Amino acid sequence: MSALTSLAQLEAVATGRAQPLATVRHCHLAAEPLVMVPLKLAGEAAAPLAVMLGTRAGDPVLLAVPQPRNRDLRFAFAADLAKLVLEHVEASRGRTEELPPAKDGEERIRYGDAPQILVPNRAGVGFLRMLGRSTRFRRTEGPHAVDPSVPRLGRWLTWYADRHDRPGSCLLMTMTETLRLHWATGQSSLEDGNLAALLGWIDPPEGLDGPAAAARAEDPVESPPAGPATDPTFDNEVLAPAIAAYDRDGGDGRAEERVRDVLAAQLTPTWDLMWRAVGLLRALPEGAAVGGRWERDRDAFTWYHSTFDDGHPQARRDPAVRAARRLHDLERAQDAYDAQRAFDDPLVMAEHRLSGQAFGGVVTESDPARLDESGKRPKLRPLLRVSTEDPLQLDVGAAVCNAARPALKGKIVEIGAAGGVLLELTGGMGRKLVPEPGVVPEVGERVCFTSLGVGSWGAAKFPEAEDTPWTHGGPPAEYVPTDDDAAEDWS
Amino acid sequence: MIDTGAAPGPDTGPGAAADAVVGAVLADLSRGHRGVVVDSPPGAGKSTLVVRAAAHLAAAGERLMIVAQTNEQVDDLIERIAGKHPDVSIGRLSASTYLPAARVTAHASVRVATKADDLADRTVVIATAAKWATLTDGTWPWAIVDEAYQMRSDMLLRIAGRFERALFVGDPGQLDPFSTVEVERWAGLTWDPMRSAVSVLLAHNPDLPVHRLPVSWRLPASAAPVVSDAFYPFTRFRSGTGPGDRRLEYAAGGMGTTYDRALDEAASSGWALYELPARHALRTDGQAIQATAALAVRLLQRGGVAHSEQGSAPVGADRIAVGAAHRDQVTAIRAALGEHGASITVDTANRLQGREYDVTVVLHPLSGRRDATAFHLESGRLCVLASRHRHACVVVARAGIPELLDAHPSTDPVHLGVPVKFPDGWEANQSMLAHLARHRVRAHD
Amino acid sequence: MMHDSDMQRLRGGATPRNHDARTIAALTANPGCARRGVMDAAGVDKDAVARRLGFPAPFGQSQFAITRGNAFEAQVKADGCAELLTLLRDRLGLDVPEVAYDDLEVVGGNESREVRHARTRRLVERALGGEGTLFDHPLLRLEIAGQTAYLEPDVIAFQLGGRFHIIEIKSFAVIDGQAEPEQVAAAARQSAVYVLALRRLLEELGADPGRVSHEVFLVCPENFSNRPAATPLDVRPQLAVLERQLARLTRVDQIVGGLPDDLTFDLEDAALPEAVRTVDARYAPECMATCEMAFFCRDEARACGATATLGKAVRDDLGGVDAIGTALALADGSLTPSADLAETAERLRTAARLRREALAAATAAGGPATAESAYAVIPATA
Repeated sequence: MSALTSLAQLEAVATGRAQPLATVRHCHLAAEPLVMVPLKLAGEAAAPLAVMLGTRAGDPVLLAVPQPRNRDLRFAFAADLAKLVLEHVEASRGRTEELPPAKDGEERIRYGDAPQILVPNRAGVGFLRMLGRSTRFRRTEGPHAVDPSVPRLGRWLTWYADRHDRPGSCLLMTMTETLRLHWATGQSSLEDGNLAALLGWIDPPEGLDGPAAAARAEDPVESPPAGPATDPTFDNEVLAPAIAAYDRDGGDGRAEERVRDVLAAQLTPTWDLMWRAVGLLRALPEGAAVGGRWERDRDAFTWYHSTFDDGHPQARRDPAVRAARRLHDLERAQDAYDAQRAFDDPLVMAEHRLSGQAFGGVVTESDPARLDESGKRPKLRPLLRVSTEDPLQLDVGAAVCNAARPALKGKIVEIGAAGGVLLELTGGMGRKLVPEPGVVPEVGERVCFTSLGVGSWGAAKFPEAEDTPWTHGGPPAEYVPTDDDAAEDWS
Repeated sequence: MIDTGAAPGPDTGPGAAADAVVGAVLADLSRGHRGVVVDSPPGAGKSTLVVRAAAHLAAAGERLMIVAQTNEQVDDLIERIAGKHPDVSIGRLSASTYLPAARVTAHASVRVATKADDLADRTVVIATAAKWATLTDGTWPWAIVDEAYQMRSDMLLRIAGRFERALFVGDPGQLDPFSTVEVERWAGLTWDPMRSAVSVLLAHNPDLPVHRLPVSWRLPASAAPVVSDAFYPFTRFRSGTGPGDRRLEYAAGGMGTTYDRALDEAASSGWALYELPARHALRTDGQAIQATAALAVRLLQRGGVAHSEQGSAPVGADRIAVGAAHRDQVTAIRAALGEHGASITVDTANRLQGREYDVTVVLHPLSGRRDATAFHLESGRLCVLASRHRHACVVVARAGIPELLDAHPSTDPVHLGVPVKFPDGWEANQSMLAHLARHRVRAHD
Repeated sequence: MMHDSDMQRLRGGATPRNHDARTIAALTANPGCARRGVMDAAGVDKDAVARRLGFPAPFGQSQFAITRGNAFEAQVKADGCAELLTLLRDRLGLDVPEVAYDDLEVVGGNESREVRHARTRRLVERALGGEGTLFDHPLLRLEIAGQTAYLEPDVIAFQLGGRFHIIEIKSFAVIDGQAEPEQVAAAARQSAVYVLALRRLLEELGADPGRVSHEVFLVCPENFSNRPAATPLDVRPQLAVLERQLARLTRVDQIVGGLPDDLTFDLEDAALPEAVRTVDARYAPECMATCEMAFFCRDEARACGATATLGKAVRDDLGGVDAIGTALALADGSLTPSADLAETAERLRTAARLRREALAAATAAGGPATAESAYAVIPATA
């Protein structure tokens, strides 16, 4: 958040329409994403009620549990869901690329594509995480046996939820967060959590403006919640009687159909919103770094998919080394993601210019051939003076890079009183003592420099799990799923 | 946890009380504990303890590594150890980009290298935690980890393989480690990477001895009880000097302006609250920035002289610091200081940690705010800002902070298994304000 | 203290709404709101007022959740809390002796609260000398702004080692040691109310209130099962806040003192909306989760273009500017700022310039069509 976003929100109020926060799309959008709209039973941790899912707007599949307290029905639901999710996983691998072998000579491959899942909101991710947690430890033989696909689903859902935590990953995205990355509305972030209201501001239906569309979206009758929590009035007045009828019915199917119908009616509006949102996002041009980030997602998918059969279900909690390593990875991903979005999008960079971590302006002086001859060997160190009105917060000596071409690095030498910044360029100009043509900005050129992404650090070293030090409790017992895990109640 | 920090009786002098704790710490180093923890309130002689412990271990023939958090802290420690114990051979392990400071190279006993192998013969090897984390082999029988509460436990995880036993020293009242990403996933785990190194260490080794340095040699008698009550309510400390032992005087008399009255109040009582009229403002509130800078410049102009147990010395620009919560405030204050105050230190709480001045001028983190956030309420932030001074602290704030605190909603999420943090920032702020209110000078009276 | 007659009038003659632990805990949710403070102190039924005003609070509860909660509680308490005792002994490793179980609810049926409280008081007094006592449904009392509120916790006060512990039973799940932080926080706030009320009772009995532990036991279903798990919870922070806010509530009479003498929130009074508006609200979007009046206040804040409707972070970014129109006028330069607002104005103008530049750059590069609409708001200053 910054005054820039706040200003966009004010403009949204004034115009009655959402205002752009991005000029490009900062996420990958698969050609055929798997849209999932889950519902859960109120009062339960992860009792699935229904899910509407599919990869095409016109072709939703509804899975429902007519009596959510019945364990067998839940596992049947999980098996049905597993079938569809695993199909999506297998269908989204694309062509396998052969990569140059790793340093140790090991063969490396990368799948040409990866399966993307879209859910309405953060709570949807939380539900998938819980569903994954409640199914991944299940055994497929012996007592409490479930369909072999159920624990596989659990592991995949857990993997997706973990991947979602990673800044910039697009394997599992929430629609509200993705839209909010690109548009500012005239309501608060809490209200933006309602997908219908958020879309109402971004793309109001014919004849309505943002506020009117959002107001309509807050009526749970006209616009059922996007889940996974259901509307209490729906529960009490519609769903409960339908489930009670199912319990009485003894299986002639009509009561089950009735439960499915009322759930479908709750889910369909959100399903439609999800696809409308996909359309809006698709209309934005893709940011330059999106492809690279998706490649990281594909790498992660390739690795998890190709080692799946050798692996165990993910542990309940991260042991010490994994926790530290993961935090480190996430922080690195966050830094890279923040920098890439700014480099890709002048509107995002404007936020950093306002906060003083970047500055833009016109080059007023340029000495591209300047050499620093104070050392043993001369070094190419062009000087550049940039006139800027931006509220700079960087100090003399700060390392910066060029927003348009981040390889071009430099440092701030002097900050003039009248808003001129003198830069010494230090890298990214080629190996010779004269810069490569066109690399050093010329007088009159508009440029933007920033400290973002300059201090990016390499991957850190961590001990192996078996070397977990005494300060952290020593090596953890190796995790092996137990019968107890498999027998865990799901009530 | 064995709490060995019981305060000696009131009849014990501060010097004796502090010596008793240091003696107990050194004794514990040879008792076979894997770790020893020393909590040090602001200015309680933490660095002195590190120097003594290093010399003690070296004298016992142990090789040891010292872990500090920043290059500046590394150089500070080298300067002190090499100055006090020139016979101890010291290695400074550093990144290739590090340029050795003059105060390091001035000592013949110090060798600087980028590879640990080049320092194998050194009794003491010292580096930042980040540098230690790049090593994958080699072990030292002992480590001293300085500023251990500022270090995240994931950093400790990366370096703990390098030592067999360790002395952990730090100030539990300072700023907590933070992250730019969501960390809820690990809440409640004893090895949560976001917890401080000490917290994780003690969670897994609850029987380690924990000592507390009982005396602040920095904070004057006017400040130690105030800071202790607000930020260390369960681990109180006292000042090493008595009420009359320190005096702040000005060569030039005041002219009766509100700035002068605030400075006079600070000189006579050790504290002043310079209060601007209530108003909601941006962080870079021009009036507040202006007042903060003007107070610092005026202090310099009036030629302060600090009388203390160390003798009398002028309060020059190098003995004055200005503290604020945000970087943009720091930039604005620097600009407002102009050339008169150009050499006065201005920094954020994060960067002022561990530093000491005669007089500080602090822009209150909650000044002019409409709502408090967790960032602004964090007790460590105010604690750092209010505990850097040897003589006096002038706080600049807009009126209305008590109302803001009263109106603050208490809806913080609670995670199971996470120890409650004391003091609560909200309580600590209330406590500090209650005290400052007694030293108020209104800007427009 | 607010006079009974004042409160009677404010309620429009309606019976005061009894506080429970949830409503008392909610007093700390937005303590800066005078409207809420006055209505709560006077025991006004905010839910009824909001409905009457046409902004009913959407705080419905699903019967599935209620059923689940009741079933879990009944299970934990069955057979004299047998399951609970096993849990405390085995899981928490507590050295729980044989206990006497007293259910203080099942008596007669038409007893007054005073009588029931008196019995709780008697039993607690007797227990002070004993050991291993479980009280189910004790009836506790707490003074709220000079009024006595009776708390009927479906919780258990449990005495161990000479100290009382509150046991709070909740039906949200604890999964692998973690639970929803907001739900845990709510449970901690409610438990703190009980701890405080029990402490007050001990004080009345001349006993050391410190014998009521700040550590409560939270009993929740474990993982995806119905099996209960107990987790200790330190509620000291919540207690500190609660005590401070309760002390502060008495200041409501200052607010009431400044209100018209004939002000009433009588549901039948046609001037109800004006009456409510007479008392200032401190609306923030977070209110929607905790206050029955929130949708009315939101509507009011929107109608006057308050920046508060966009959230605290936005309002913070705008420094002291309360009105959206003012902020926009400062941003586009059409309003010359007073000295007070000079910095905010400069910041907004810089933000507007940067937004304009960036959108222009994007439009030049064939950016999104929606970019145009932003230009409509802020004309480029030449």
